[in-house]
Amino acid sequence: MTATAAPIYGLMAEFETPTELVHAAKGAYDAGYRKMDTYTPYPIEEAAEAIGAHHNRVSLIVLIGAMLGMIGGYSLQFWVSTMAYPLNVGGKPFHSWPSFIPVTFECAILGASLSAVFGMLALNGLPQPYHPVFNSPNFVRASRDRFFLCIEAQDPRFNVVDTRKLLESFKPEVVTEVPY
Amino acid sequence: MAAPDILPPKGVRPPIIGPGQTFGTVTDRIAGIVLTKHTPIFWVLIVFVAAGLFGMLQTAVGYLLVKGTGIWGITIPIGWGFAIVNFVWWIGIGHAGTLISAILLLFKQTWRTSINRFAEAMTIFAVMQAGLFPLIHTGRPWLAAYWLFPIPLTMGVWPQFRSPLIWDVFAVSTYFTASFLFWGIGLIPDFASLRDSAKTLVVRRIYGMLAMGWRGSAKHWNRYETAYMLLAGLCTPLVLSVHSVVSLDFASSIIPGWHTTFFPPYFVAGAIYSGFAMVLMLAIPFRYLYGMQDFITLRHLQNAAKVMLATGMIVAYSYAMEMFFGWYSQDKYELAMVDNRLHGPYSFYYFMLILCNILLPQSLWFNKVRSTPWMLFVVSIIVNTGMWLERFVIVVMSLQRDFIPSSWGMYWFTKWDMMIFVGTWGFFTLLFFIFIRLMPAISIFEMRTLVPQAKVKE
Repeated sequence: MTATAAPIYGLMAEFETPTELVHAAKGAYDAGYRKMDTYTPYPIEEAAEAIGAHHNRVSLIVLIGAMLGMIGGYSLQFWVSTMAYPLNVGGKPFHSWPSFIPVTFECAILGASLSAVFGMLALNGLPQPYHPVFNSPNFVRASRDRFFLCIEAQDPRFNVVDTRKLLESFKPEVVTEVPY
Repeated sequence: MAAPDILPPKGVRPPIIGPGQTFGTVTDRIAGIVLTKHTPIFWVLIVFVAAGLFGMLQTAVGYLLVKGTGIWGITIPIGWGFAIVNFVWWIGIGHAGTLISAILLLFKQTWRTSINRFAEAMTIFAVMQAGLFPLIHTGRPWLAAYWLFPIPLTMGVWPQFRSPLIWDVFAVSTYFTASFLFWGIGLIPDFASLRDSAKTLVVRRIYGMLAMGWRGSAKHWNRYETAYMLLAGLCTPLVLSVHSVVSLDFASSIIPGWHTTFFPPYFVAGAIYSGFAMVLMLAIPFRYLYGMQDFITLRHLQNAAKVMLATGMIVAYSYAMEMFFGWYSQDKYELAMVDNRLHGPYSFYYFMLILCNILLPQSLWFNKVRSTPWMLFVVSIIVNTGMWLERFVIVVMSLQRDFIPSSWGMYWFTKWDMMIFVGTWGFFTLLFFIFIRLMPAISIFEMRTLVPQAKVKE
C-alpha cells in the first residue's frame, strides 16, 4: 500500500495475545523506534518496560502532596491553638504537639491521596475528549480482549512502507493506518 | 443463573475464577449486568423496599431537625445512645472494604480481585451512613460545620484540636475521601470498557465522559499502577488509624469500661470482623441473584470466613481482657463495671453479645459451614448483630453507671431512634443496588489479569 496524502497519526498493529504484543514492542524498540505506545485491556508491566516507559513521576508528586498536607495540617493546628483562639484546657500548653499528631497524619494522607489521583490524571493528560487512536478500526477491543501496538508518525525513523514491513514481521492480526 | 456450587474433592481448594473464562467472557458477563435494558424483577423489589425505608429515614430526620434530639431516648447520663452506637457500627463495617482493596493488594492476594470493587462501594456507603449519625446527634447540623471544621468566620471561633472528637472528624472525612478516590480510580478503565461495549449512543457518551478518554496506553497504565499501589499503601495506615481514633473518643475519657489503652487494636479487629460479615451478607445474595458463582467462588467465601474467624478470636480475646483488666486493677469502679456487665440491668445484652460474637461464630471452624453459602449468610447476620450489641454494651453500659450512684440512669430507645437506624439500612441498600445497576460491581480489568492467558510468556 502506498502512503496516503493526508497525514496519519501512526501505524497500528493488532495482536491476539499479550506475549505477541510484548515481543513486537521489544522488537520495535530494538529497531530504534521510540515514539510508540501499546494499548491493552489491563496493565502489562512488560509492555511498559519494552517501550521504555517504566519510570514515572507519580511517586514524587505524591511525596510533595503528603508533605504539603502534613505541613498544612500541623500549621493550621498550631496557628489556631496558639494564636487565633488560644484556650486553656486542663492546664495543657497551648502548643500541645502530641495531640496535634492525629490530625497532621490525616492531612498528610489526604494530601497524598488527592495528589496520587489528580497527579496521575494530569500526567496522563486526562480527561482527554479526543485522541486519534480511537479512529483505528477495531480499537474498541483495546478495552476488551485485543492488544495493540502503535508506532507514531512523529518518530524520526517512521516510514509508512518500512514501518509497516517491520510490524508485519511480528505476525499481527492486522496492521492499519491511524488517521488524525 | 449459573450452576450451583460444586465443592472440589478434599484437600483441593476451589479456584478463584471459574474454568473456561476468557478476556471476552469476563468483560461480557460483568458489563452485561450494567449494559442491559432488562432490569431484574428482584432489583425493582429490593429498591422499592429500600427506597421506602429511606423515606422513613428522611421523615425521622426531618422531625428530629424540627423538634431536636429530645425525641430520642438519650438522657443524662446516657447522652450518646443509638446515634453513637450506630456510628461506630457503620464505620466499622466500612473497614473490610479498605482491607480487601488496599491491604490484600499489598500482600498480593489475588482472590481479592473479584470482591474489591463492591467491597469498596460498601465502604463508601457505610461511611455515609456513619457520618450521618454524629451530624444529626448535634441536633443542629447546620451549625456543626463550624463546630467541627476549621472554617474562618467573623466570630473567630475555632475547633478544639486537643479533642479526639475533632480527630474523628478529620479521620472519617479523610477516610471517606481516600476511599472514594480509590474506588473512582479503579472505575476509570472499567468505564472505558463499558463505553466500548455500549450499544446506544447515549450510554456510550455517558460512560465515555466518566472514562475521561481512557485508552489503555502503556504509559498511562504505568502511572496508573503506581498511583494505585501508592493509594493502597496510604489507605493501609489510614484504615487502621480511623477506628483507632474512633476508639480514642472513648479511651481518652475516664469512664470505667472506656478508659483502657487497648481500645484501638480491639476496635480495629472488631471493625474488620463486622466488615467481612457485611461483605458476605452482600456477596452471597449478589452472586446468587446475578449468577456470579464463576467470579465470586467458594474460595472467596471460605477466605472471608477465615478472616472472620481470625478477627473474631481477637475480639474474643479483647472481651476477656476487658474483664481481666477490671479485676486486675482492683479499682472499685472498674470492678463495678465488670459486675454491671454480668449482673446489671443490661446483662442480657452482654450475654447475647458473647453468644453472637464468640460462641456461634465458632461454627466457622467447620469446612462444611465455610463452604455452604446460606450457613455463612446466617453466621454473618449473627456476627453483625453481635457487633452492634458490642457497641451498645460499650456506649450504654459504661455511661449508665459511673462513679456516683446518684448520677446513674437507664436508657431506652424510642421509635424515632429505631426509624433512623432501620432507615439507614434502607439508604445503604438503595445506594448499593443503584451502584450494582449502573457500575461494574466486579473490577473488569483486574479480573482479566486472573484469566489464564493474561500472563506474558517468555
